[in-house]
Amino acid sequence: MRIALIGNPNCGKTTLFNRLTGSTAHVGNWPGVTVEKREGQYKGLKKQTAERIDIVDLPGIYSLSPYTPEEVISRNYMIDEKPDLVINIVDATNLERNLYLTTQVMEADVPVLVALNMMDAVEREGDKIDVGIIERELGVPVMPVSALKGAGIDKMMARALEVPRERKGVSVVEGAISDILPPVIEFYSAEGVSSPLFHAIKLLENDELELERKGAKDAREKAAGVGEDIDLEAAIVDARYKYITTRLAVAKTRAKKDKFTKSDKIDKVMTHRVWAIPIFLVILFAIFHVTFSEDFLYIGAWASLGKGLPGVDELGLSEGMTTFVGIFYDGAVFSPGVILFNMFDTLFSTIMEALGGAIETEWLSGFIADGVLGGLFAVLGFLPQILMLFMWFSILEDTGYMARVAFVLDRIFRRFGLSGRSFMPMIMGFGCSVPAMINTRTLADKNERTATIRVIPFFSCGAKLPILTAIAGGICEFFGVGNADLITYGMYVLGVAAAIVCVLIMRNTTMKGEIPPFIMELPTYHMPRFKNLMLHLWDKTKHFVKKAFTIIFASTVIIWLFSHLNWAWHYLPDEHMNDSILASLGKFIQPLFTPLGFGSQIGAYGWVFAVAALTGLIAKENVIATFGTLGACLIAMGANVGSITGGELLADEEGIASAVAMITATGIDIPGLIAFIAFNMLTVPCFAACATAKAELKKGSFKWTLMFWVAASYVISAAVYTIGAWWWTCSFGRRSRRRQQCSSF
Amino acid sequence: MEKKLSELKPGERGAVVSVGGEGKIRRRLFDMGITPGAEVFIRKLAPLGDPIEITLRGYELTLRKSEADCVAVE
Repeated sequence: MRIALIGNPNCGKTTLFNRLTGSTAHVGNWPGVTVEKREGQYKGLKKQTAERIDIVDLPGIYSLSPYTPEEVISRNYMIDEKPDLVINIVDATNLERNLYLTTQVMEADVPVLVALNMMDAVEREGDKIDVGIIERELGVPVMPVSALKGAGIDKMMARALEVPRERKGVSVVEGAISDILPPVIEFYSAEGVSSPLFHAIKLLENDELELERKGAKDAREKAAGVGEDIDLEAAIVDARYKYITTRLAVAKTRAKKDKFTKSDKIDKVMTHRVWAIPIFLVILFAIFHVTFSEDFLYIGAWASLGKGLPGVDELGLSEGMTTFVGIFYDGAVFSPGVILFNMFDTLFSTIMEALGGAIETEWLSGFIADGVLGGLFAVLGFLPQILMLFMWFSILEDTGYMARVAFVLDRIFRRFGLSGRSFMPMIMGFGCSVPAMINTRTLADKNERTATIRVIPFFSCGAKLPILTAIAGGICEFFGVGNADLITYGMYVLGVAAAIVCVLIMRNTTMKGEIPPFIMELPTYHMPRFKNLMLHLWDKTKHFVKKAFTIIFASTVIIWLFSHLNWAWHYLPDEHMNDSILASLGKFIQPLFTPLGFGSQIGAYGWVFAVAALTGLIAKENVIATFGTLGACLIAMGANVGSITGGELLADEEGIASAVAMITATGIDIPGLIAFIAFNMLTVPCFAACATAKAELKKGSFKWTLMFWVAASYVISAAVYTIGAWWWTCSFGRRSRRRQQCSSF
Repeated sequence: MEKKLSELKPGERGAVVSVGGEGKIRRRLFDMGITPGAEVFIRKLAPLGDPIEITLRGYELTLRKSEADCVAVE
């Protein structure tokens, strides 16, 4: 037996689905679209029935109109796949609007059971609902339940099994269009169309999908001449709501109650005229602080006002204890997100070292430890922080706050052809592009979604920060100008500006179209459901790990092989990377970067920048790690990298020394370096983000997205270099020439 | 007296007379319960003055002023 769950968003459908299916649930996508498809088996009532009961959770919708992919999926499933029963979940605290969908569901030729959910909340407010009235009126079973408390669910399912497996659709709008409806139904019935009543009514509503159907024209002609002067769409909607208010909503008797509920009080603060935006910024800051900060609650910064806290090396602990304490503390207490990251990181590097040491053959140990595991761990290492970020935003979504954020910010985003909803995924991009891209599922408009996914990498993620800090630090140290923090901050601003400009360009060229409408329910605030949240995170973990072990894994192994093999397929140790396939590719594409300031003009060793950018595709922190490795190569090749040794470069964690070595060896100028940062920040993101983008975008759109990333980063970096070089020669020309003379001595 | 929904001030009430607009937006307004006869109460404006938040049929709905322009109320 197959049961489909259908209902409005926020009606408790997911909670009920989780109750019914428990651990048997699995999440996939509906074919061709990135709308989640949940399926599972009913786990209760095993004794009463030997039959397996499959449950499908249809996407949350307000109506069966043809405008969102969710609506089309639910509608097609109900009509074409013919489930044995449709359970229509109705939020009993919000009867009128929820029953509107019910009146449409009733029109299809499928058995229906109505579950009146959230009955506990109705009772708590002192209201009463006469279930009998609704059941008599609708003519299908109506069962009161509370998915949250688990009340009434077994009774509902017992009744569900008794429902006859056949039902003819009925409609509440027949009265309003009685003169025009029968001929159309007759036509469809004669053609052998299933659910003729449903199709006939949709046709008369001038429903786009219905008008495209075969025979629609003929069907419409049957009713030609009648009702052409009236607005049928309005008449039908009106008939539905009139029926609901006069016949169904009367089943509910309201207790007298305060004008302001708890939710109203919370809302008064959260969307306050003055405080709404500051409150939002504080929440956002807190989320990023807890997930990414290496100085939790600024304990270290406060302490440095006095004597400061000692680093973990200065505590005089044994080696093992230093590693252990280093997970939590190093001159400042780490935030929970960073602690989780460090735990994974310590575990991974221990495994890698142990394995690497155990294997005698150098190339094999290098391949397994650095190539296979290193690539995998580089991606998996981010999992805790990705999940944590995801969790915070899911909580905000669950509580109903996210809808308010969209409400508060819509005004700003409309200017760019987006809606307030697109803000959240973009901001999440500062943490990690992967959860950010998945979060775009809350956007209803296809164009808005594609545009948002494309610019998410421009919001510089956590892994790109080392590129910014290392090179900015290198600039200050080598050239003795500027302020590293200011450069880093400036690059963030550049990313946001690039995102805005690109969205504006896209919305005015390839993605022309109306600004998506913003007619949205603001759900009542409520506590997040812990179980739903955990199941949700578990799904995401499974999904991500699967990706990490397939596409991301394969790509990282390939990049590692390219960087450690020469064309004769001989293994090269790290410090001979300059002979590798990757390096020759880097040398080959080096001239391409000339307009960007790090191409042919920086001489024989200039390919290192191209190679670093390529390794950044695995994970963006590889860019700086590659600088260290390549620095050691350059020393072996006899390049001048200053006073630093190869060993120091390989152990360089901050990356500033590596950056300085690169600058010394190549003689690259400041505009070129800034353009290099800009290029890495804006270009094709890491494999994990690419895999996510491919999954989230509609088919065929990913290759254009890749091209967009390449083109946007190239053009913007070239602009940065050109403008920078011009400005540089004008204002600092004399100074930098003098520096060149000095360094040649 | 007939007015546009967007012209009502926070705290004011009205009943929908007719819904204009076209295609997607009109359909969405209908589906969310903005139909002739529906009573609406303007709860508030967003901090930047737009969109607006209204109560109708026992729930909260937000829409932009440009969309509220399509709705006539009295």
